[in-house]
Amino acid sequence: MTLLGRLSLEALPFYSWVAMGGAVVTLLAVLLPVLFLSYKRLWPWLWREWLTSVDHKKIGVMYIVLALAMLVRGFIDAIMMRAQQAIALNNEGYLPPEHFEQIFTSHGTIMIFFMAMPFLTGLINIIVPLQIGARDVAFPFLNSVSLWLTAAGAGLVATSLVIGRFSTAGWTGYPPYSGIQYSPGVGVDYWIWALMVSGVGSTLTGINFIVTILRCRAPGMTLMKMPLFVWTTLCTSLLIAFAFPALTVVAAMLGLDRTLGMHFFTNELGGNMMNFANLLWIWGHPEVYILILPAFGIYSEVTATFARKPLFGYRSLVYATAVIALLSFTVWLHHFFTMGSSASVNAVFGIATMVIAVPTGVKIFDWLFTLFRGQITFHPALLFTIGFIVTFVIGGMTGVLLAIPPVDYQMHNTTFLVAHFHNMLIPGALFGYLAGMQYWFPKAFGFTLNQRWGKWIFWLWTIGFYLAFMPLYLVGLLGMPRRLEQYTTPEWQPYLIVAFIGACFVLAGLCAIFIQLWVSVREREQNRDTTGDPWDGRTLEWYTSSPPAPYNFASIPKGDERDAFWQMKQTRMAYRFTQPSSIILPANTGMGVLLGVSGGILGFAMVWHIWWLALLALISIIALVVVRSSREERVSIYQPELIQSLEKPWQTSLAQAGLIGDGDPI
Amino acid sequence: MARLFIRSLTSAPLLHLYGLMMLCGLVVLSGCSLQSSPLLYPKGPVASTERELMLFAIAIMLTVLIPVWGLTLWCCRRYRKGGKGEYRPDWCSSTLVECGVWGGPLIIILLIGYLVVVYTFRLDPYKPLTVHSTDTTPFPVQAVALDWKWLFIYPELGIATVNELVFPQSRPLALEITSDTVMTSFMIPALGGQIYAMAGMTTHLNLIADQPGTFTGRNTQFSGTGFPQMYFSAKALPDKAFEDWLGTVRNASSMLNSAHYHQLARPNKSYAPVEYFSSVDTDLFNHILARYSAPSTALANGAL
Repeated sequence: MTLLGRLSLEALPFYSWVAMGGAVVTLLAVLLPVLFLSYKRLWPWLWREWLTSVDHKKIGVMYIVLALAMLVRGFIDAIMMRAQQAIALNNEGYLPPEHFEQIFTSHGTIMIFFMAMPFLTGLINIIVPLQIGARDVAFPFLNSVSLWLTAAGAGLVATSLVIGRFSTAGWTGYPPYSGIQYSPGVGVDYWIWALMVSGVGSTLTGINFIVTILRCRAPGMTLMKMPLFVWTTLCTSLLIAFAFPALTVVAAMLGLDRTLGMHFFTNELGGNMMNFANLLWIWGHPEVYILILPAFGIYSEVTATFARKPLFGYRSLVYATAVIALLSFTVWLHHFFTMGSSASVNAVFGIATMVIAVPTGVKIFDWLFTLFRGQITFHPALLFTIGFIVTFVIGGMTGVLLAIPPVDYQMHNTTFLVAHFHNMLIPGALFGYLAGMQYWFPKAFGFTLNQRWGKWIFWLWTIGFYLAFMPLYLVGLLGMPRRLEQYTTPEWQPYLIVAFIGACFVLAGLCAIFIQLWVSVREREQNRDTTGDPWDGRTLEWYTSSPPAPYNFASIPKGDERDAFWQMKQTRMAYRFTQPSSIILPANTGMGVLLGVSGGILGFAMVWHIWWLALLALISIIALVVVRSSREERVSIYQPELIQSLEKPWQTSLAQAGLIGDGDPI
Repeated sequence: MARLFIRSLTSAPLLHLYGLMMLCGLVVLSGCSLQSSPLLYPKGPVASTERELMLFAIAIMLTVLIPVWGLTLWCCRRYRKGGKGEYRPDWCSSTLVECGVWGGPLIIILLIGYLVVVYTFRLDPYKPLTVHSTDTTPFPVQAVALDWKWLFIYPELGIATVNELVFPQSRPLALEITSDTVMTSFMIPALGGQIYAMAGMTTHLNLIADQPGTFTGRNTQFSGTGFPQMYFSAKALPDKAFEDWLGTVRNASSMLNSAHYHQLARPNKSYAPVEYFSSVDTDLFNHILARYSAPSTALANGAL
């Protein structure tokens, strides 16, 4: 048995129907696509064109596919919890405590690490290099490694549904509960390794985009001329690079406690769980802004485009973003005002927290003044933005309330807090990603998404959000703590039933996302984006074909002005092409996939204490890195003739649309 | 002065107005009135002040929220394509607007920031409280979080109870809190805010009940399978009733010694019934603390 460490047949989910159901659904979700791909003999194509790709656009698409899959998985958790709480007055409900605990843990872990992070990383990947007029990111191979490490982390969480169990310690994994004494199973280890493996991926992404944005911008594009989405990405990347190491360290320390019997955070022998809370939130609070700043960038782009005006107060927006990024490192203690700090400490952190409301308020007003004197068309992306503004300020208000230490003493750990952070993360971050998807989809795929279904998505999510979370604010005022599997207070139940109805609306909204994709793919011929500029855009990503050729731009555009592409169109300088010269791009490589698989195996082996396999995986990782680093870089070369033939269809469409005049050279 | 201002803003008719605004029609959830909310209808001065502070902060912030909502709707209506508003494709800066945009939120945050400083010190849970500015001494109780129940030790009286915290309403309650299990959080919402309970450490909480009554208290921090059952009743009794209750406890047969404590500390999954102990080791609380203190002390105290 030692050959397989802790792994035995008992790890299989035959112990309850809920666990079996979860395992079967997970297996089907993996098997059905695998069978489909095998049946259609698509594996070679998938491997060649997608899995091994180092093209930032394809990597971005794969990130978003992962994010949407995990959104479904995380949402199933959510609606199961809402269903449980809607019925569990004075009874067990349908979920035993152990399952309920695994579900609230995996819901939080998945939504933050494997839905939100991949979603924003995907959007950043697809758009940022285009917006700054670059051919790719600074380190395309590293980008592929990041993707596959993130996927490996997601794979570990998914595996825990079939083999073994997931953590019951909540997504924050507070010790001593998450220590070996109180959580002896493999659940917390799955959580630790999923976070560490994907955390490396996120850190590399952060570094990659800092370098990309600082080093790869089009000529003329000074920092203060960058589109706002690029600015927010830069700030987010800096936050990732500085904050994620804290998470890696704290997860590793907890892992050492659990695996090697150390005492960083245990009750005994000088361990101190308060250190865990501090370290976790030193990552955790910046993480909130990592998730939300890119969404702020998307709202900015969408508002300017659909109001057909430059952003109001561009400088203010940039400074506000930078101030938020900086301050996000100074407020972590507000997550545990109730740990017994002195009044002075609590007051300082309370005020620091509120100060963040100032730049955030500035942003809200700047977006509103961008709409002011504009010419607004209500594209679904703009609907999400308006829904965000109206709803987010409620979350801002409750956030300031929670930042007042004495009020937090009353609200902490209640569903009021749960409602608050969902109010930040759903209208704040997720609406932004969905807006980004509606807005940039044609750029990635060459046809627009069906707008009627886009509006359905917006309304279903918005109504669902209000119905699901406003009752949680109220039931928090009634004193209901979070993470409650059952309760004895009848006054709470009506609110929880309404919240469940809200979750059903969100379910409909989730289905609408996939219906929209299906309808749009079916109608793609009618909705082709032939010019590459379907919304009369302002920034450089619209100044190339949709989807762009692998090299993005046949010749690198100039970024001399803010809203560079809009200015070109105004001065009739757009679409003046010069003779292309040859372009060199890195060739595809399977190394990223292999590194991801090795990382996943390393995590799995560490979870189950299969030491030989862990060692093997570690050696394989080191070997892959050595081989990759010592081998000459393989490239693909695009000769001018090839480029011209690739550009031909787009230029023909432009001419047909009358965008290239007779006198303009092609 | 500020306090007077807050008082006037939290007067009864206004309170109802705020409540109305906050609920935004969500009280369509009829039959589930917020009357039962321990936070909105508190039973002690600490919780009352916390509520005042919350409602006042909401009122201040609504002065921003309402304009934001109004401006959003107005802009969307007036400046929609084909709407009445004049399209100014290049208008993107105005010093005046920028000043307002930075200044408005700044003023509000300065105002609330001032409240934070004043009230965080005033409502510091560690600060001893007095009743009606008399010299009544606080009533000390030691609370221990166990899996999954609360043990209360009354050092002044040498008794202990499980899942029932009883105190004379005329005296402020001075709690010393620790945990003999994972991190938990102690809270009696009707009387005031919560504080964590952590093994090897003591935290403090001072509360007062305005009137006699029974309030629900609980652990609010998830702590394992029995977490939903980790609640207790807190009873503030008039002096006479308290004496009667004390008599009942003193007549209880069980005594809480070290051996019995070990039995008590074992996890229970269903709700642990109320238990009374007529006597208790005076040093029990310190022994529980010492189990987790620095290694040398822990070895010395190995017995418990």
